Amino acid sequence: MSTGILLQLAQTLLAILLAPLLMGWVNQCRAWLQGRSAPPITQPYRTLKKLFHKDAVIAHHASPLFRFAPYMIFACMALAAGIVPTIANDLPFSPAADVIALVGIFALARVFLALAAMDIGSAFGTLGARREMLVSFLAEPALLMVFFTASLISQSTQLPIIVQTLAHREFAIYPSLAFAAVAFWMISVAENARIPVDNPSTHLELTMIHEAMILEYSARHLALIEWAVALKLFTYSALGVALFLPWGIAAQGDVAALPLALLAMVAKLLLGGAVLAFLETISAKVRLFRAPEFLGTAFLLAVLGMLIHFLLEV
Amino acid sequence: MKIGEHDWHLELFGKHIWRGRMEAGQLLALARAVKEEGGQLIALWGSDDRQLGDGFAIHVAFLTSAGLAWVSSTLPAEAPAYPDLAHIFPQADRMQRATFDLLGIKASDAVDDRKWLRHGAWPANVFPLRKDFDASLPATHDTDAYPFIRVEGDGVHEIAVGPIHAGTIEPGHFRFSIIGDRILKLEERQGYTHKGTEKRFEGMDLATGAKLAGRVSGDSHSAFAWAYCMAIETTTNSSVPDRAIWLRALFLEIERIANHLGDIGYLGNDVALTFGFMQFWRLREDWLRLSAKLFGHRYLFDCIVPGGVAMDIAEAGRTELKALADRIDAEVQELKAIYDEHAGLQDRFANTGIVKPDMAARLGLTGLAGRASSQAWDARVQFPQPPYDQLEVSMATHRRGDVLARAEMRFGEVFESLRIIREILGRMPEGDIQIQLQPGGAVCEGLGWVEGWRGPVIVAVRVNADGRLDRVHPHDPSWQNWPLVEVGVLGNIVPDFPLINKSFNLSYSGPDL
Repeated sequence: MSTGILLQLAQTLLAILLAPLLMGWVNQCRAWLQGRSAPPITQPYRTLKKLFHKDAVIAHHASPLFRFAPYMIFACMALAAGIVPTIANDLPFSPAADVIALVGIFALARVFLALAAMDIGSAFGTLGARREMLVSFLAEPALLMVFFTASLISQSTQLPIIVQTLAHREFAIYPSLAFAAVAFWMISVAENARIPVDNPSTHLELTMIHEAMILEYSARHLALIEWAVALKLFTYSALGVALFLPWGIAAQGDVAALPLALLAMVAKLLLGGAVLAFLETISAKVRLFRAPEFLGTAFLLAVLGMLIHFLLEV
Repeated sequence: MKIGEHDWHLELFGKHIWRGRMEAGQLLALARAVKEEGGQLIALWGSDDRQLGDGFAIHVAFLTSAGLAWVSSTLPAEAPAYPDLAHIFPQADRMQRATFDLLGIKASDAVDDRKWLRHGAWPANVFPLRKDFDASLPATHDTDAYPFIRVEGDGVHEIAVGPIHAGTIEPGHFRFSIIGDRILKLEERQGYTHKGTEKRFEGMDLATGAKLAGRVSGDSHSAFAWAYCMAIETTTNSSVPDRAIWLRALFLEIERIANHLGDIGYLGNDVALTFGFMQFWRLREDWLRLSAKLFGHRYLFDCIVPGGVAMDIAEAGRTELKALADRIDAEVQELKAIYDEHAGLQDRFANTGIVKPDMAARLGLTGLAGRASSQAWDARVQFPQPPYDQLEVSMATHRRGDVLARAEMRFGEVFESLRIIREILGRMPEGDIQIQLQPGGAVCEGLGWVEGWRGPVIVAVRVNADGRLDRVHPHDPSWQNWPLVEVGVLGNIVPDFPLINKSFNLSYSGPDL
């Protein structure tokens, strides 16, 4: 049990500390693909350091909620990162929440972010919050559908059991998971404010979704939110890995498999980050009102995956 | 010169430029006649002529089938007023309001008599462009209580954007009235970069004036500098060496390409296709660096001077410029194919920010944006000044009037300008590049008219008997095109505004002066 707690702690800390690195890697790949010299992979850390050293500027009529929200959002993402198996499976934290609760944790962070955005009362915050809700109310059900498909295969909504089923049982091909994987990819893109749904590097305030909500934040608050954004990308990547490429995650109590698990994880994230950067480079952002179509497609694919499970795999 | 049935007694003043004076009452009739034959009003400004014993004057520049007609009317020194032209040419509205703010010359019966350039830095009864303005008065700091037009109804709300933006761009205020993300109305508020440029010209010598004129709007340096020099050379009746004229055209086309490449890149960036942005800005950077190498300045500042040009191009430079032009031509062809075939980008560009041809004609959309909406006016084509009369520029036009059309216009003009540059390099005559100007010794006027990359640039000047500038009015085409942005965004969604705005890419500094 104590090894378990230690492992849990190590894995969560690792996620928190390494999440900006994944962001840095994606940015680096993007720069290369666009034909410019890339910032160092550690750039996100420098940004965080810079932000933590600044004095926060807060609007006069900001309520305590505005100050509290960044901590809440960061905590939610850290918790989510602790639940998703990245290196080792079935850690003490895992039973705390199944995949449905995980969707809830993401939603909780989003609610706080949207509330904080509207708290100041500037037009952009409200605009961003409204658009975020438009995107997320379509993304959430689709995400649940993806999880249901995986749960149907393993007969459980607990992530460790899903991973256990998919990774360590006899190898089987699940066509339903292929559909679910594509749907999951589309949802991740939308949820993490990436192209083609949102543009993380835009400076055009009227086109922003996520960035519009955090325009009023500065210094440590902004640092926490940026860190949470990186953590969210990391968690989603880890989720994708756990559901669709679980091979290599160490089984419960298998300490000897940990180094290999770590290597496998790094390799998968490097690959995933590169693919994300590639897809971002070749696509343009869709018109805002096309985002529902995009997510509708994701939902449809997820449902198809579930139907195919009933047709072919039961 | 006849417009319609009537002879307006205008005299030829320069190539394709006509000059006349008339009673203020006649202006209306002239404006109607111009409108009827399909012409446009392209500039309106005022001047304080009291030291000449004339009271004030209102000046209007019309684009007619015979060229540019510059007409002036003398107005009384007390309560100067002229008939409102905005009900015939809506583009005159902001020019009339700015003229009042600066000179106190009123358009009588104008529907919209709100302030335009005055933000509260000087009181309402003070007019900074009058000759007796006391510049030593401290600036006032009144709040700018500008009466925006409100849209009311269920679920309508306003977003105020700017003048300070999230990115590093020029300041302008945009007031959106929206339902959800759909735009019901957009109202612009400008004047944040008012610097008193026109006042600064007063008393300046001619050479320094050229520098200031070129800095009215930095991205159109060559256009403004050439138009200013053309005007100055009219006042002094000088004929500039041929080689200098050809070099000026070379500079103007270099400037056009630099701006178009940058804009096409920006359009890609605004739909998050950063790849396109980087590629076009790489080409633009090569282009600017070669300009710096050959002519000493990335944006060719101060290359055009009164009496000719300051920089010549040697044989080696010619080869180098031609080689780069060839390379950019080939690369832009390739990149255009990528833009053309990118479904996501085309989806964002097509049918976004449409300005229909009839609306463009009614409101006087001009220049590049005008040609994207069937307004086929290009001074280089219809009213060519030398050396364009020997270059046979072919005009690109579109009728869709959307972002895609304006992007395609830029591609078309890049290719055409590259062709012109190669032709100029091959045919440029030898000889001097500058002459000394001989001031006339009397008060005299001149006007320059150049098709800049954005549209027609006009600079009108009056030189005093002592050879110094008395009044200079540089006119940027953004004056007439800004109101069309308000029209173009109607019915679009808020997140598409930056793209639409960028497809026009209008100047703030140019009209704010």
